[in-house]
Amino acid sequence: MKFTEEHEWLRVEGDVVVVGITAHAAEQLGDVVFVELPEPGTEVSADEEVVVIESVKAASDILAPLDGEITEVNEPIVEDPGKVNEDPEGEAWFFKMKLEDMSALDELMDEAAYKDFIG
Amino acid sequence: MGDDLKTTALNDLHVGLGAKMVPFAGYSMPVQYPAGVLKEHQHTRASAGLFDVSHMGQVILRGPDVALALESLVPVSVAGLAENRQRYGFFTNDQGGIEDDLMIANRGDHLFVVVNAACKDADLAHMKSHLEPKGVSVEMIEGRALLALQGPKSEEALAKLNPAVSDMRFMDVATLTLVGVECWVSRSGYTGEDGYEISVPEEAAEELAKALLEDELVLPIGLGARDSLRLEAGLCLYGHDIDKDTSPVAAKLQWAIQKVRRAEGERAGGFPGAETILRELQDGATQARVGLRPEGRAPMREGVELFAESEGGEAIGRVTSGGFGPTVGGPVAMGYVPSDKSEPGTVLYGELRGKRQPVQVAALPFVKPGFKR
Repeated sequence: MKFTEEHEWLRVEGDVVVVGITAHAAEQLGDVVFVELPEPGTEVSADEEVVVIESVKAASDILAPLDGEITEVNEPIVEDPGKVNEDPEGEAWFFKMKLEDMSALDELMDEAAYKDFIG
Repeated sequence: MGDDLKTTALNDLHVGLGAKMVPFAGYSMPVQYPAGVLKEHQHTRASAGLFDVSHMGQVILRGPDVALALESLVPVSVAGLAENRQRYGFFTNDQGGIEDDLMIANRGDHLFVVVNAACKDADLAHMKSHLEPKGVSVEMIEGRALLALQGPKSEEALAKLNPAVSDMRFMDVATLTLVGVECWVSRSGYTGEDGYEISVPEEAAEELAKALLEDELVLPIGLGARDSLRLEAGLCLYGHDIDKDTSPVAAKLQWAIQKVRRAEGERAGGFPGAETILRELQDGATQARVGLRPEGRAPMREGVELFAESEGGEAIGRVTSGGFGPTVGGPVAMGYVPSDKSEPGTVLYGELRGKRQPVQVAALPFVKPGFKR
């Protein structure tokens, strides 16, 4: 898995990457009560807001980690946003995307670097 | 967190319980415990929750005609408050706005009032400057913590420490021994549930809290759930839903202004802003505080602008409190709209992230109160 400074994780699955938020981020957000996902087929650029997530405390934007195209979104978390707290790094992934450049992944943090990053 | 934050007598307990502490009104306070806001909220509605509200100001007023003296600052019947009874009130200003809201208890030879943490210094100065010349002493109580036990199982839990709490009804106050010390107990709270607020000497506060938390009926509850509970109960948060520019009539708090203080009442007027407030009581206010139910799942939080139409036009109102209502199971909010748009069922539009989303005006409260009247 790769990680961003925005507390997203990316897992390569064939020719797409699966994106979600880390357990650390889910814990910080508190109970998630609302998730809005992008339309599959949307072209996104790195750092563009693609997901809106609201916890009991506040609204946050989830940014596209890299350039590419959204291929699939995880509708069940819209129906049951609490899944984001239950299994943020597994069942509660947000979207899948096809990267414009798979090698861009190399620029992201690995797990050890992310652990250092969150201290 | 700044070093200048004050802590309550329960600080060690909060930290030991794993609370996430945040600055609030100059105090380090628990916003949530490991259970999290949703579970804390639901536990309070289903069973009982223990809240530390020691940051609030506890003030004793004493003197001849203290009730009439306090009536010069609040549009509430204080003189008509029976001994060992409590009622809600607010300090008004000369413009007819609200300076703070408070609870007033008649404790026989004195009045006991509880004011908001953020306003307590200003309230103390306000009371001193107006009441001391009338021969009333104004004493901010130091050395007492304030706990709230809220939820349908509160009576069952507290009665284990002193069965006399079962004899109290909503808004009764009493002096009772709990864990061996004298506590000032009221059957009240700010969650829409039955419950008690307990003023306890600081040195016994942790023992009392632990005695309650030992009971499996009771969980500790942070400020996060306190906010969603009071929002669902349709209760105003000072500085958000009411402030110095809000009239009590627009805020729909006229129920707290008894007849005796209204025009033609025996003690009509005589409080700051009386002319404006009494006129609005007769003619109505142009704005009204309403409940709001967003039709989608997205919460509409404080500051969201409200529009009459899905496109175009100026904002006609604004959300003053909003979030997710765990008991309602969806987003809930309160805000101000023009009075002619305040009928429940009226569809308005709240602007979220540049898009207008439908929201229905709804009756308050969102949940049925559980008070033991």
